[in-house]
Amino acid sequence: MTEQKIRVIVAKPGLDGHDRGAKVVARALRDAGMEVIYTGLRQTPEMIAEAALQEDADAVGLSILSGAHMALVPRILALLEANGQSDVKLFIGGIVPDDDVPRLKEMGVAGIYGPGTSTELIVNDIRAAVLGRG
Amino acid sequence: MLDIQAVLSGQRLALARLLTQIENQTAAGEQALAELFPHTGRAHLIGVTGAPGTGKSSLVNQLALHYRKDPQPKKIAILAVDPSSPFSGGAVLGDRIRMSALTGDTGVFIRSMATRGSLGGLAQTTAGLVQAFDAAGFDIILIETVGAGQSEVDIARLAHTTLVVEAPGLGDDIQAIKAGILEIADILVVNKADRAGVENTERALRSMLQLAHPGQRVFRHHGQTMEVATPEGEAETLWLPPIQRTVAADGSGLPELLAHIASHRTHLETSGDLARRERARLAAELDLRLQQALVARWQAGLTNGEYEQALAALAARHISPQAAVRQLLDHGKE
Ligand SMILES: Nc1nc2c(ncn2[C@@H]2O[C@H](COP(=O)(O)OP(=O)(O)O)[C@@H](O)[C@H]2O)c(=O)[nH]1
Ligand SMILES: [Mg+2]
Repeated sequence: MTEQKIRVIVAKPGLDGHDRGAKVVARALRDAGMEVIYTGLRQTPEMIAEAALQEDADAVGLSILSGAHMALVPRILALLEANGQSDVKLFIGGIVPDDDVPRLKEMGVAGIYGPGTSTELIVNDIRAAVLGRG
Repeated sequence: MLDIQAVLSGQRLALARLLTQIENQTAAGEQALAELFPHTGRAHLIGVTGAPGTGKSSLVNQLALHYRKDPQPKKIAILAVDPSSPFSGGAVLGDRIRMSALTGDTGVFIRSMATRGSLGGLAQTTAGLVQAFDAAGFDIILIETVGAGQSEVDIARLAHTTLVVEAPGLGDDIQAIKAGILEIADILVVNKADRAGVENTERALRSMLQLAHPGQRVFRHHGQTMEVATPEGEAETLWLPPIQRTVAADGSGLPELLAHIASHRTHLETSGDLARRERARLAAELDLRLQQALVARWQAGLTNGEYEQALAALAARHISPQAAVRQLLDHGKE
């Protein structure tokens, strides 16, 4: 009877741009059997953390095109931790300068994906990260 | 382990984790539900159903906003159910998109749920999640489901008050409005009343209502309005589903819709329907759980390969299905 499902929040923070990339990833995760909670455009860190809490998410995927990742990511990680959810895995897709990658990883981001990354890689990384938790 | 006290005292993470356990139908989830049961039975359960795109999520958002505006605001839980993909078993759940205005209000808790495709499982786990919300002290539980097939009927059975949402432009003639919705609708909502064609949708609904409720006082017959007496004694218990126009985009019609929901609740209480519905619902849950428990007990008593042997004999047409059942039941006895 019991059935475990990986639950992932997919959000597009910031005021800029479109959510085409986020939708492609959302569908790929669904096709891999995951349950994706799609929260749409213009999500604040507070909205994202609240969704992760209420949905008891295993992972959060952000699509960031604005370059605001260095501001958004620490804020979201802090909110997750304050909510008792530091075990939630955070993934970023979008345009992230190479210099920022190590800093983001240090903060605890589980995966960073530039434009054109295969969705298969993202799916596999999320599954491995979630299933590999203690 | 699940922390029941934390759930009862309103801790949101404890509740969120409990909901996951119930959804996954784990032993811990079942145990928690059993412990929470004495704390249930207080919330008003409101089902919101209708075709995709009619504005259910937007309407649920508005309902929650309005309930929260009350001088004594009610605590609101929202359970938004969407179908799982039959191919992968995954799902994209997008109802929260329409509900971002509720962010930051700790008196509101939104949870998305996929149907996960198990037969009867949706009804069971949805009811379980609703019980958890109820025990956690939410006054109103809004349950959004896509109006299709069995899930719609299941939700109508679970909810105290069911709103069926229609919208203009999705086929305005009477055939386009699904047969059977009037059996589950306590309130009919014509959303997107800012759109052209709202009159047609409302007219179609009204004429269906008149067919379905011959006891209604006024109806049109070949263009004439006629007075029809309500059968004696029924006057107090009959509930005629009102039709309410709304614009979920800006909240028009919402105060009226809230008033209809409140009078339906009063009707349920004064007519005795609330107690009757509750009893029927608990009977259905008891029957389902009994069936599952009996099957499990019987399976535990079977010796290895017994079922497969009977099935092989059945497939070879050596025995009938009736004989196979008799054989398996006899052997399964303690
Ligand atoms: N014009 C208009 N559009 C609406 C109204 N309510 C919802 N919508 C829009 O209809 C679309 C579907 O709404 P949604 O709430 O997601 O519908 P659901 O699929 O039934 O949950 C969205 O684009 C909404 O913005 C309304 O009252 N008027
Ligand atoms: Mg919806």
